[in-house]
Amino acid sequence: MLSDTSKFQEHMMSFVKLTASALAIAAVSATAAAARDQVQVAGSSTVLPYASIVAEAFGENFDFPTPVVESGGSSAGLKRFCEGVGENTIDVANASRKIKDKEIAACAEAGVTDIIEVRIGYDGIVFASQLNGPAFTAFEPADIFNALGAKVLKDGEIVDNTYAQWADFNADLPAADIMAFIPGTKHGTREVFEEKVLVAGCEATGAYDAMVASGMSEDDAEDACMSVRTDGKSVDIDGDYTETLASIDANPNGIGVFGLAFYENNTDKLKTATMSGVEATTATIASGDYPVSRPLFFYVKKAHIGVIPGLKEYAEFFISDDMAGPDGPLAEYGLVSDPELASTQAAIEAEDTMQ
Amino acid sequence: MSDFTADNSPAAGKGSSLFKETARTKRRNAAEARFKAYGIGAIALGLFFLIALLSAIISNGIPAFKQTFVTISVELPEAKLDKNGNRDPAEMAKVTTFGYKPVITNALIAALKAEGIEIPFAKEKDVADILSSSAPAQVRDTVLANPDLVGQTVDFRLLASSRVDGYFKGRVTREALARDKNLDAEHLDIADQMVKAGLMETTFNADFIFGADASESRPEQAGIGVSMVGSFFMMLVVLSLALPIGVAASIYLEEFAPQNKWTDLIEVNISNLAAVPSIVFGILGLAVFIQFAHLPQSAPLVGGLVLTLMTLPTIIISTRASLKAVPPSIRDAALGIGASKMQSVFHHVLPLAMPGILTGTIIGLAQALGETAPLLLIGMIGYIASNMPDGIASGFLDPNSAMPAQIYEWAKRADPAYYERAWGGIIILLLFLMTMNIIAVILRRRFERRW
Repeated sequence: MLSDTSKFQEHMMSFVKLTASALAIAAVSATAAAARDQVQVAGSSTVLPYASIVAEAFGENFDFPTPVVESGGSSAGLKRFCEGVGENTIDVANASRKIKDKEIAACAEAGVTDIIEVRIGYDGIVFASQLNGPAFTAFEPADIFNALGAKVLKDGEIVDNTYAQWADFNADLPAADIMAFIPGTKHGTREVFEEKVLVAGCEATGAYDAMVASGMSEDDAEDACMSVRTDGKSVDIDGDYTETLASIDANPNGIGVFGLAFYENNTDKLKTATMSGVEATTATIASGDYPVSRPLFFYVKKAHIGVIPGLKEYAEFFISDDMAGPDGPLAEYGLVSDPELASTQAAIEAEDTMQ
Repeated sequence: MSDFTADNSPAAGKGSSLFKETARTKRRNAAEARFKAYGIGAIALGLFFLIALLSAIISNGIPAFKQTFVTISVELPEAKLDKNGNRDPAEMAKVTTFGYKPVITNALIAALKAEGIEIPFAKEKDVADILSSSAPAQVRDTVLANPDLVGQTVDFRLLASSRVDGYFKGRVTREALARDKNLDAEHLDIADQMVKAGLMETTFNADFIFGADASESRPEQAGIGVSMVGSFFMMLVVLSLALPIGVAASIYLEEFAPQNKWTDLIEVNISNLAAVPSIVFGILGLAVFIQFAHLPQSAPLVGGLVLTLMTLPTIIISTRASLKAVPPSIRDAALGIGASKMQSVFHHVLPLAMPGILTGTIIGLAQALGETAPLLLIGMIGYIASNMPDGIASGFLDPNSAMPAQIYEWAKRADPAYYERAWGGIIILLLFLMTMNIIAVILRRRFERRW
């Protein structure tokens, strides 16, 4: 035992030395912290796959290091974007919706004044359910509103939503329990869902007119249209689409809101429903026939161009014809190419900022 | 006691025998048997879940260690890859991966035709969907490293796309492809024929263990290697900070500090910190290390600092426990023959407590190695682990991920092939954790002294 103890003392001494040298190395490397040399991107989880594809190809084809792409949602990304200017803030925010005036103001307050807006293309939002589940094959915005709205129009009256099954309000739909998994409020997708589905459905069912007729202002009526029921039939998903997919896997009656690209990667488990009679494909989204689509953006801090190496090159490469064009890898993954790509390219070339 | 005094039944009277079970003894024996059965049941249930979990991990994760490769000869035409013929890598770098793609597609078509495999597509180049989109980058890197290869025909071992790979692993079926726009069933027919012709094989894939992360469009290329290095650097930071600070704090608190309200307060706080959810340390790290101290985002150094904060209470508590376990007689003997207090601690108490301290440290490190939540807030989760660090400073400061963060990231991605890789990553992480825990057990068995 005695020998064990002395052995341990010996070991401990060498260990202390090792620790001390490791500490020294850490200290030296911390002081040697040079300027950041890779682009930092964060934001929308819908844009993340595209950004990662671009970042990978950018690292392969340029002498700059591969950019770092984090997700977290459009709002979270823009919030970090607006934290200020400097090396320990991100350079690019991905967003699946346009930046809000409120966010531009917050940015300006933190010193982020010159923002370059880049539209990379369009994305469709699909309503998908289990491949072998009930036959949810065709929806109208009105159906989604009747199923999920907090207050709906029933027999000419605005009442709390008590529909339990899809067939309760539309006999063409299956008699299955209503269960929907929709993106949480930190996702840009939620906003598109509210505007293009809930509000459209609210107007189509006449609930909007009834609300206005009952003395609500137009803004209040629109807000009321966007609020979803809170009795557990509509579930907010704050995570990514994989979480929505897992919820649908566990719930045969579940309807989930997905981006088209995610659905196309999981066609072995999911089926989509048409919206207003139109099937979601890149062609119908590009032509504007499919009603629930939205542009995807990223925002660049102009103050970081020239400071962070490769930032402008990354932005230019992202929307180059090679990447974002109709035959590029982004389109292959599911992005609907922007017909006005050339003008966006020119705008980045000139570093045009938002007004 | 109560059994005896309360017992007035005739059976327990004088005539009873030790060899004959009374009703009460039977009841007590039955109670004991029941308790044993509950215990065995509890262990059996635990074992069942463990086996279910392990078999799920292994059956889902093992395929990640294998990958389908395509071996073809690629003709590298000078007219496309080096127009000026100078073999100058800087000049040749102007031909991007988009320029290499048709070269590889042509090579694949030529290879198929040479084997007599029919291509049933209207556009012959559609057959290239069999290959991973990483192929052009792989060929380009090779050519730029050896410019003299241009003009020759070179054999390349390229990755097959994730869906072809999934077909050989049983994940993708022809029926499922009917609804999939990424690949057609005809591609699988070609793949089957390529296997017969020896152009395609599914083998062990070391790149999964040592490689870098890949983008969403090419799961077949993704590996956990870079994030493993990220984890390694974080553990270096944790070990080199948490161990000395933790041990110094515990020695002071245990051996030198006076017993008063202040030390009581500190003690309570340490116990509380050990129970704080790890995400809180992430918020703290974001505020202190990134926003205040301006350390770089996504850096293993910051990750290590955050995990140090998280591990410190664990190390302090276990160190104090092992210091307490050293009997006072050792200290008294040392002091009695004239050692100073510090000598008694460093010459006698600390060496005897060392096995316990190291065990606690290793368990703390294992806990830190498996931690994901705080890393979310300091930017270590995402498409990050794409470059292998090229030195010690770069290892600490360049953006990197960690193994559990990489697994979480893979589990979130759309392509089902990433799901398989997440399980594969779990196997590797579990191997690390098991090794660390086994070392801790061995240390304890080998060196720990009971008093």
